[in-house]
Amino acid sequence: MGLLASISFGIIGTYVVTKRISYLAGAISHSAFGGIGAALYLNRTFGLSWLDPMMGAVASALAAAIITGLVSIYAREREDTVIGAIWSVGMAAGLIFIDLTPGYFEISSFLFGDILLISSKDIIMVLVLDAFIVTSTLLFYNRLLAVCFDDEFATLRGINAHGYYIFLLCLTALTIVLLVRIVGIVMVIALLTLPAAVAGKFTTRMWKMMLLSIFFCMAFNTAGLGLAFFQGLSSGPSIIIIAGLTYLVVISLQKFKEMVKKG
Amino acid sequence: MSLTLDNYQPAVDLIWKEVINIVEPSQAVDIKNASFAYQQKKVLKDVNLSVPRGDFATIVGPNGGGKTTLLKLLLGLLKPNSGTIKIFGKPPEKNRYKIGYMPQYSHLDMQFPVTVMDVALMGRLGKRRWDRYSTLDRDAASAALGEVKMDTFKKTHFNALSGGQKQRVLIARALCSEPELLLLDEPTSNIDQESEKDLYNILKRLNQRMTILLVSHDLGFTSQVVKSVICVNRQVVIHPTTTIDGTMIKDIYGGDLKMIRHDHRCCEMGHIHD
Repeated sequence: MGLLASISFGIIGTYVVTKRISYLAGAISHSAFGGIGAALYLNRTFGLSWLDPMMGAVASALAAAIITGLVSIYAREREDTVIGAIWSVGMAAGLIFIDLTPGYFEISSFLFGDILLISSKDIIMVLVLDAFIVTSTLLFYNRLLAVCFDDEFATLRGINAHGYYIFLLCLTALTIVLLVRIVGIVMVIALLTLPAAVAGKFTTRMWKMMLLSIFFCMAFNTAGLGLAFFQGLSSGPSIIIIAGLTYLVVISLQKFKEMVKKG
Repeated sequence: MSLTLDNYQPAVDLIWKEVINIVEPSQAVDIKNASFAYQQKKVLKDVNLSVPRGDFATIVGPNGGGKTTLLKLLLGLLKPNSGTIKIFGKPPEKNRYKIGYMPQYSHLDMQFPVTVMDVALMGRLGKRRWDRYSTLDRDAASAALGEVKMDTFKKTHFNALSGGQKQRVLIARALCSEPELLLLDEPTSNIDQESEKDLYNILKRLNQRMTILLVSHDLGFTSQVVKSVICVNRQVVIHPTTTIDGTMIKDIYGGDLKMIRHDHRCCEMGHIHD
């Protein structure tokens, strides 16, 4: 599961890091919790048994992606305020819905992830998402590259930069929702951005960065799960700690190399 | 009014001129009574400006005077609140493929994973429906890089270049789409004197086949190469370079200023101040 999901994370993570929208991605992931809460509430209170919490998460994450995208395009000066509001209001809405829902829920698996709860349905969903993201990237690679690098210039070359930007945010939202299963809402951002950030230190081209961050993401997942298994720790935090430490080591080594070069 | 033999010919000339203007507009840029305001704040007022084909004009003015706004209006990224803007006889967004644009590189993310060739190729995007670049595109991008003498850096990370080299790559990117009008936003900021000289030599050569408009805050230097100066400070005034004098600068910047001479024609001992 972790290995399969790494394909999407590596690609989308690269876009999130290079376009510098990890803050937006954070808001999207936290707003997904609102959707999870709402879905649980509707499920229990109105007997909509087909309504899975993950469907709620997908819906609210997509909504948040479109709203934050439009805000960052049209109201640049208030962007951070609006994103901050979506971030915490999404979280608050989720908790309120869960309060209203009869019965007790273990919300920590949504917040911090639990890889052991993953079902075969989730694996199929990840495969579908991987296929979708890989195809989109192959089809729009050059356009997305131009939009991420310089959206103004892309617009002038007749590319619907705003459209591609919103599309990219929606892909990010879908990826985040799937990622939530593994590391949870709170730590999603780290697993999305750290592999790409590490990969970015070693390469000068977008597609190489994607491949490399897929590799790092797989490595972090495997190592983290190994650590969790042998030491009896929670899986999500173990993955994140390994990713974070690797990033720290890579930047330190790079700084060290620079210092040695300068003498 | 009846047409007599006396005024008949001028009337025909006028109509003929109008017809030619529609088919093959002689004005690269034609702005009539355009005004622009961000919310309540008026940035540009009653702008009338025409730049003929083949001109090399520089846009100067104080910060906040509306230079960037004027540039964005010309690119069609902003719409005037009133008045009309025509680029080669059509609204800017209809003629985008005729405009090449070089932004300031400072707004780009310098860590971005792209090579020089990747950046140059972006200029070819508008030419195609499909996302893949053809050999034709690669040739055009290489040729454009050659034009600015950056073709030996194709595989270099964009971040690894100096300021002047980055500017040149961005010019190459603008050139790839074979524009008829080249717009440059402060190409001389953040680069050293030597690169600046190279840059103007490149632009001088390009000016033989395209109209060039560049934004600059450095009035003295540009006047050596450019043919006309557009002064922007809420209002827009165009001057041919020969008429630059103290009164004009006073008009635009307001207040009494001492003009600094950049023409380097004074003797080695320096010139005498009065």
